[in-house]
Amino acid sequence: MTAPTYQLTHLAALEAESLHIFREVAAEFERPVLLFSGGKDSAVMLWLALRAFAPAPIPFPVMHVDTGHNFPEVIEYRDRIVAETGIRLEVASVQAAIDSGRITENPDIDPNRNQLQIIPLLDAITEHRFDAVFGGARRDEERARAKERVFSFRDEFGQWDPKNQRPELWSIYNGRHHRGEHIRVFPLSNWTESDIWHYIRDAEVPIPSIYYAHERDVFLRDGMLLAAGLWTHPREDEVVERRTVRYRTIGDATCTGAVASSAATIAEVIDEVDATRITERGATRADDRASEAAMEDRKRDGYF
Amino acid sequence: MDLLRLATAGSVDDGKSTLIGRLLYDSKSIFEDQLTHVEDVSRRRGLGQADLALLTDGLRAEREQGITIDVAYRYFSTPRRRFVLADTPGHPQYTRNMVTGASTANLALVLVDARNGVLEQTRRHAFLATLLHVPHIVLCVNKMDLVDHSQERFNEIRDEFGAFAAKLDVGDLSFIPVSALNGDNIVSRSMSMPWYEGPSLLHHLEEVHIASDRNLVDVRFPVQYVIRPRDDKHHDYRGYAGQVAGGVLAVGDTVEVLPSGMQSTISHIDTPEGPVDEAFAPMSVVIRLTDNIDVSRGDLICRPQNQPVMTQTVEAVVCWMSGTPRLQAGGRYLLKHTHRWSKAIVRDLKYRIDVNTMHREEGVQALGLNDIGRVTLRLAQPIFADEYRRNRTTGSFILVDEATNNTVGAGIITNAG
Repeated sequence: MTAPTYQLTHLAALEAESLHIFREVAAEFERPVLLFSGGKDSAVMLWLALRAFAPAPIPFPVMHVDTGHNFPEVIEYRDRIVAETGIRLEVASVQAAIDSGRITENPDIDPNRNQLQIIPLLDAITEHRFDAVFGGARRDEERARAKERVFSFRDEFGQWDPKNQRPELWSIYNGRHHRGEHIRVFPLSNWTESDIWHYIRDAEVPIPSIYYAHERDVFLRDGMLLAAGLWTHPREDEVVERRTVRYRTIGDATCTGAVASSAATIAEVIDEVDATRITERGATRADDRASEAAMEDRKRDGYF
Repeated sequence: MDLLRLATAGSVDDGKSTLIGRLLYDSKSIFEDQLTHVEDVSRRRGLGQADLALLTDGLRAEREQGITIDVAYRYFSTPRRRFVLADTPGHPQYTRNMVTGASTANLALVLVDARNGVLEQTRRHAFLATLLHVPHIVLCVNKMDLVDHSQERFNEIRDEFGAFAAKLDVGDLSFIPVSALNGDNIVSRSMSMPWYEGPSLLHHLEEVHIASDRNLVDVRFPVQYVIRPRDDKHHDYRGYAGQVAGGVLAVGDTVEVLPSGMQSTISHIDTPEGPVDEAFAPMSVVIRLTDNIDVSRGDLICRPQNQPVMTQTVEAVVCWMSGTPRLQAGGRYLLKHTHRWSKAIVRDLKYRIDVNTMHREEGVQALGLNDIGRVTLRLAQPIFADEYRRNRTTGSFILVDEATNNTVGAGIITNAG
């Protein structure tokens, strides 16, 4: 018999840190909510939440900020997970906000609704008086996110002030806030894209089918493969081809590109992710290419 | 593969950003689009070569001013280990950020420029790392190419720093001569310094033994959250969730719950992967007991013969993190220790520590932003505390300003009770 080593794998250590964060929020906040887009990060986040409170149910609802530009496979996945887990789903609808005249859509051919999510998100936070909002953002994703706290304070306007963040030491989290303010909480802060995929494999986390290779009619725009005819429409000079692709991230369907890939299983996806030389947002998100500080600016305004 | 958290401190001049860029680049953790971005921005600014510091300076203000303001977290891995790197600015006005980065670190990288040797800031970085009880310190003597890869110069710096470190409470100290610019001794051993027989920096980071840094003796389980499903299937389920802060808990162990002093036996240890027989730090688990005793959030589970001190008075070293208010004797704050909040009053401000010279300045009236000082606090509620050097979790706390809710201080318990 060998002596126990009392060592955790890095994934087990990350999971332990995330469970600690979920439980701390459930203990100290009155009305938490978990943002659930149906993407892989929110899928892992939901899985961790289920594990944090088992065998009891998750003591808070999930919310989908619905841009209206969805992949049908993702909505099907969302509804299936909600039914299977019995969680309560709230939907903050960008379309409803446009229809009611609350926000205006820019009159492009293929309007990108990413920016438009901010108002419906903040409205829903106010309406439901949510005081803690779980997001699946990771620090490895992007430069501004690398400086984000696990508990990130938002003022009554939902704004992030990156130069005036609360110090965060050890694993002692300060979630105190006044009425109308809230805290964004990022349980996946220290996870990388590779960690997410390894965890999806090890913990058998269900994810939408479009993360795996499938055939799709796509066309090339700004170096990204966009789905033809779904929410993005080729201009005259853009050629539609049927290709084998998969999605590395899932966001608003107008600004989320596919990557050419034949990775059809979790093992193949992991091999591909571990070998890739381009960040997932760089490869697949038009919205982050707008400027050097595109993400910082959106986060200041209340974005995820 | 395990996880190592490291913190770096140093100023731009030490070549810290280049060193980090090197580690990320050579471990293939920088992606092409990130590198292209850095090259583009460098070119737009008329810089001769890609400024790798742009990789870590994430905020607009940082890029405009060419300085690092905040702690930035970076991730890289090798087949041996996953690394979380907290990159902190090195100037005295950012002491609070260095303290933040060091609070969770297994290892601190302190950089010196081989031409300048041990400076005031080198001593400050080493002092802060030992204050936060970072178990491993690596002194990287950088820019060895600029001193002709001189063994003599390296030995001089090693001896000078070694003599200084002997006065501090350093666990494990290593010295590595490197040239971040040329990649010497970063990933692989350098041909330029055949006299150096130690490992490369990355090799050292992969091999340094961190498992024994944890306290596996003193059982400390702060109760974070009580799980009671209240459905028919789990009618009698009552689990105490938390993250193990020390020791090894095993099914069948007799434990005592503070503050009640009630004893019971561990009947189950539940984890996300199912029940286990033993739990140790930093596992997040759910403990169930054989007896139905009153346990709630903020309580602490330990062994009957090995307990933290239950106290309403703590002696601590505090790093003050706020411009206003300043910490003063008589000041009132909220204190968070493990999962307990308590009102706290500063009974006494004994002295301030000059972070450059480590001299104690007695008779100061207040601690301002980035000041470090020794205080006595009186608490409205008892906490279950250990000395910080025994346990980083039960030995630490934060202070919060009641009016703004801001975190204004970080405390390290030097003496409980």
